[in-house]
Amino acid sequence: MVDQLFPKVGMAMASVLEQLGYQVDFPENQTCCGQPAFNSGYRDEARTVARHFLKTFENYPRIVVPSGSCTSMIVHHFAELFRKEPQTLDRVHDLEKRVFEFSTFLTEIARVEDVGARLDEVVTFHDGCHSLRELGIRNAPRRLLAHVRGLELREMQPSEECCGFGGTFAVKFAELSGAMARTKLDAILETGASTVVSLDPSCLMQIQGALSRAGKPVRTLHLAEVLASR
Amino acid sequence: MSVEFDRKIHDTLGDANLQLAIYTSTARLKQGRIALVGDEALPDYQELRTQANAIKKHTIENLDHYLEEFERNVVARGGKVVYCKDGTEVSDFILGLAKERGARLIVKSKSMTTEEVDLNERLEHHGLESVETDLGEYIMQLAHEKPYHIVAPALHKTRYDVAELFTRNLHVPNETVIEKQTMLARRVLREKFLAADIGISGANFLVADSGAIVLVENEGNARLTTSAPKIHIAVAGIEKVIPRAQDLAVFLKLLARSATGQLLSVYTSFLAGARRPGEIDGPDEFYVILLDNGRTRLLPDREKRQTLYCIRCGACLNTCPVYRKIGGHSFPWVYSGPIGAILTPQFMGVSHEPGLPFASSLCGACGEVCPVKIDIPKILLDLRSDVKKAEARDGQNRLEKLAFRVFAWLMTHPRLYEMAGRIAASLAPGGDGKWISSVPAPLNLPPVRAWLSQRDLPPPPAQSFREQWRRRQ
Amino acid sequence: MIRDHILHRIRTALGRSAGQAVADPPPVRLVLPDVDPEARVRSFTLRLETLAGKVHRVATKEEARALVAAAIEGKTAVASNAPYLAECGIASLPGVESGITGRDRMQERCSAVDVGIGSADYMLADTGTLVMLSSAQEARLVSLLPPAHIAVVPLERMLTGLEELFTLLPRPAELTSSMVLITGPSRTADIEQILVRGVHGPGQITVILVG
Repeated sequence: MVDQLFPKVGMAMASVLEQLGYQVDFPENQTCCGQPAFNSGYRDEARTVARHFLKTFENYPRIVVPSGSCTSMIVHHFAELFRKEPQTLDRVHDLEKRVFEFSTFLTEIARVEDVGARLDEVVTFHDGCHSLRELGIRNAPRRLLAHVRGLELREMQPSEECCGFGGTFAVKFAELSGAMARTKLDAILETGASTVVSLDPSCLMQIQGALSRAGKPVRTLHLAEVLASR
Repeated sequence: MSVEFDRKIHDTLGDANLQLAIYTSTARLKQGRIALVGDEALPDYQELRTQANAIKKHTIENLDHYLEEFERNVVARGGKVVYCKDGTEVSDFILGLAKERGARLIVKSKSMTTEEVDLNERLEHHGLESVETDLGEYIMQLAHEKPYHIVAPALHKTRYDVAELFTRNLHVPNETVIEKQTMLARRVLREKFLAADIGISGANFLVADSGAIVLVENEGNARLTTSAPKIHIAVAGIEKVIPRAQDLAVFLKLLARSATGQLLSVYTSFLAGARRPGEIDGPDEFYVILLDNGRTRLLPDREKRQTLYCIRCGACLNTCPVYRKIGGHSFPWVYSGPIGAILTPQFMGVSHEPGLPFASSLCGACGEVCPVKIDIPKILLDLRSDVKKAEARDGQNRLEKLAFRVFAWLMTHPRLYEMAGRIAASLAPGGDGKWISSVPAPLNLPPVRAWLSQRDLPPPPAQSFREQWRRRQ
Repeated sequence: MIRDHILHRIRTALGRSAGQAVADPPPVRLVLPDVDPEARVRSFTLRLETLAGKVHRVATKEEARALVAAAIEGKTAVASNAPYLAECGIASLPGVESGITGRDRMQERCSAVDVGIGSADYMLADTGTLVMLSSAQEARLVSLLPPAHIAVVPLERMLTGLEELFTLLPRPAELTSSMVLITGPSRTADIEQILVRGVHGPGQITVILVG
């Protein structure tokens, strides 16, 4: 998704990591983690894609992912897919240790909170469901945002309600998904923020899509884009 | 999903009054719960959840043992346990007993298990009068509707709806003041309680070491149902059993807080059989009906059997962003919300409503609030896989299956994936960076159309990430 | 036999055989908080008053009697056969009918009077709860049918909470057919989420703590 629709997010993430002194590599063979198939009940197809992912990232000591939902798919659901293949399962468990969601990587591996960013905006943060509930991420992005110069963070009430994306749910139950998005919009607009920040491109696509349809001037940014701002 | 399911969701989403009623009622219950399980209110909340889960797990894994122990203890005090495999057997038993005793009037307290088997309809069909006594259930009985929510059955009814129902059924002048409506119901139902031959209750818990049932309520109708009539019949699913009375110290601490945001419900009754010699009141006869109705079908699968841990608190409903939009009556069976979404396919088969496990964004809020830690999202995912396997077997939804096969194939052939991306990008409108509200015909496939019906699409970037990255190197 | 059929299905599904032994259930850790009697009274009072119940504390049985007399002035009442009520002289107050032992009469009188007066076996401080075991001394309907309920209870019956209750009474079934935990007045919010009290059980509850 980042590759085809939001390349800015990928570039921003690479830029932040390089600024911190990391050598960033992008294995060209990568495509997808297989989550759309898995969530839609197509386990065989998901397994095929997951296998490809495993192979592509076999030799990388650290893999940083600009998406909570993809990270969660890899670290929580790959094992489920390869339950019956003990050898592959070993490789999966090894992979799980090497994969990090972006904000988690910064705060826990790179151990930084101030990346020297600047963004003069009033911002609100959307806790994506996978990041929040499957990965337990709540503080890391907020600590990172706290160090962005000029940025004012206003919390939504509530910040934890689902934006309504849910993968194929968004098109299978479009009207319902849209209704959930609009409820999210109400919470966003209530804060008066000009920008919504999140860890997940899929949430951002849902939220920005709804904002745009509603004709609202609020924009969305991935955390990486905020942290890359100077 | 079925057309029916789609239509019900659509109708509910389009009803502004209903949306408000559902949202505000669940908000109140949700906030109530949050206030009472927070760190200050209940510091050992997570530990209690873990304990509750462990007790349920142990019990379900040894269900036969505990049912037999329960039965022994009920019988030892003169009560009777009746195993029923389905609703027909339940009503057959009750009708048989009613006939033997010359019983005509039955009062009922709230029981989702009896809703499962349409007990009232069956009894009424055979000429018995069976009156719901929980106010919300009474209203729903007059309206000939199923409960809208496990804990708040008439959540969607306004005082004007109630006034109309009462006027029509009780032949009273129109009364829209809620307190007066409540007092009217109290008067009407009081007569029923005191005249009833049989009281039928559910059971929140069956206590194996005591041969007792536990009833949790706020109104007092369950107490009256089980104390005034001479015969008490409790109908419960076989999964309701817990090993010891002491286990209630864990479950009661979680149940009311999770359900309604109360420390304890107003009345918690621990009923161990008919009245004892010397006791002044209470029933003379005590029966417990243990219902299977498909529960044994859930037992073999280690993961899915967690569904049977449910203590029917309703917390998952109150927190579910989907339930809070589509409400209880969009669901195809009596159980709604996240628990309904996993229970129904397992009882009725996945083909009963194949869309049901997909009617979720998998946000995980339900699993987070479940007091007995049922991993609802995981079971939803498992059921989705079951639906697709069934569809493959029956040759249904071939196009979707093909689409995902193509997806898997593309995603394992990076060059082709990249090419497909370029083609799609070239066909899509936009170049001014604005989000897109419509696309030309070749791209306007059903998923795209569905997306665009509600929100805009991002414009394709001039270059994909990998193109930009290559340029950089 | 349906019973055997169902049990068989269960065992097959679980991979168990008939009569197979079962490991002990997970231990329930009943932690008894250390709360002094005065703190218990304060907690009980706060909890029940938050629920619109009334709590009075008196030092002597005579005072308890006087309070009840004032509360039922001009009203009809049924008192349970709890020995404590007799000790307080409440059973013999004017307007109070006591000593009922027959079910039909109990039901008839409790449906007719304004107030039901009883004692309680225990109270739970952390939730403002009365614990009432059905017996020859305490009928179920006294605390259920009349629109108002008064409980007169000596302080020493105040427990800290559910854990202490189930520690003291691990097997309530051995003592009674009915143990009820009463926490505040009967209530419902079934219509438009508006709270109404006294829908089937008593809408008014008063606890008189003696000691």
